[in-house]
Amino acid sequence: MLLGLTTALLVLGALVGELGRPRMTAWAGRLRERVSERRALLVRDFTRVRGGPRELDYDPGRERRAEQRARELLRSCVNESEWAMYRDLGFLRVYGRAGERYAYLIYPHKPIVSYVPRTGALLSEYCVAFPDHSRPYGSARLPDSDDVLAKWIALAADEHRLIADANMHLPGRQVDPQRVRRDLQRLARWEREHDRALARGRGSEVVDGETDRSTVRSAAQERLGAGNVRAA
Amino acid sequence: MKLLRMKPGHGEIMLAEGDVEVAEEERALIAAFRRELDAGMWAAVPTETTGGRREAELVKSFAEVPRDAERVIFFPRAAGGSR
Repeated sequence: MLLGLTTALLVLGALVGELGRPRMTAWAGRLRERVSERRALLVRDFTRVRGGPRELDYDPGRERRAEQRARELLRSCVNESEWAMYRDLGFLRVYGRAGERYAYLIYPHKPIVSYVPRTGALLSEYCVAFPDHSRPYGSARLPDSDDVLAKWIALAADEHRLIADANMHLPGRQVDPQRVRRDLQRLARWEREHDRALARGRGSEVVDGETDRSTVRSAAQERLGAGNVRAA
Repeated sequence: MKLLRMKPGHGEIMLAEGDVEVAEEERALIAAFRRELDAGMWAAVPTETTGGRREAELVKSFAEVPRDAERVIFFPRAAGGSR
């Protein structure tokens, strides 16, 4: 019985396969065409128009060089202790206009996370982007450090407008709350070491051990200056 | 004064540089400034308080740029991210 059923299934399968072969061949051909079209589209994404025909212009080092330039620009704009924070931790913490009652964590290409520094309670995520629709090299994304600088400028210059433009979500929508809490712990540790370095009167290069006295002076002045993003 | 623009895949580029006290150079700076605003960019001037604290302010016209500003940075307008 079982043998008969198995044989019948095999025969049926072979029959269906034989009958369906032309369709399968046609389907495989269409799939190949789609794959080659998709590949052509991907190649086009790495090209740009230069006054005429598109030419292949993919440069694997471009993003790295762009990020290096962006880091220099960020460094030249933010306070020295903020730069040290970004360099060492990969994000920036800035206080809101209302002083130290709440603060923001600025991550590159991630939502801005607001929290209460006194308790560590997370408040909201503000999803905001700075897309350059001209897509000069195929992408609308600014380098990481430029994205951070754009958020820093927008918060410093017009916090309410930026927050109004952003899409607000509860914590955890895009940024893992556990990660944020770990980052807050890292930040607290970093600040303690930073303060100790300041107290010792040597450089704030607490991570790599370099000395930078101007950084120390600037950071000390900054702490004295109440530390909000912009004087209200 | 330098007009800089953040650019994807490149970092900042210098759009124009000139002395605002020289009429011809000021005109070139104003023209470049307007082009960027017309293209939908935001313009910001990095500033420093007397206490040495660094800040920034957004400007909507060249007239709002302090005459002694060293740089104006253009960057794409903010848009709400993923919903």
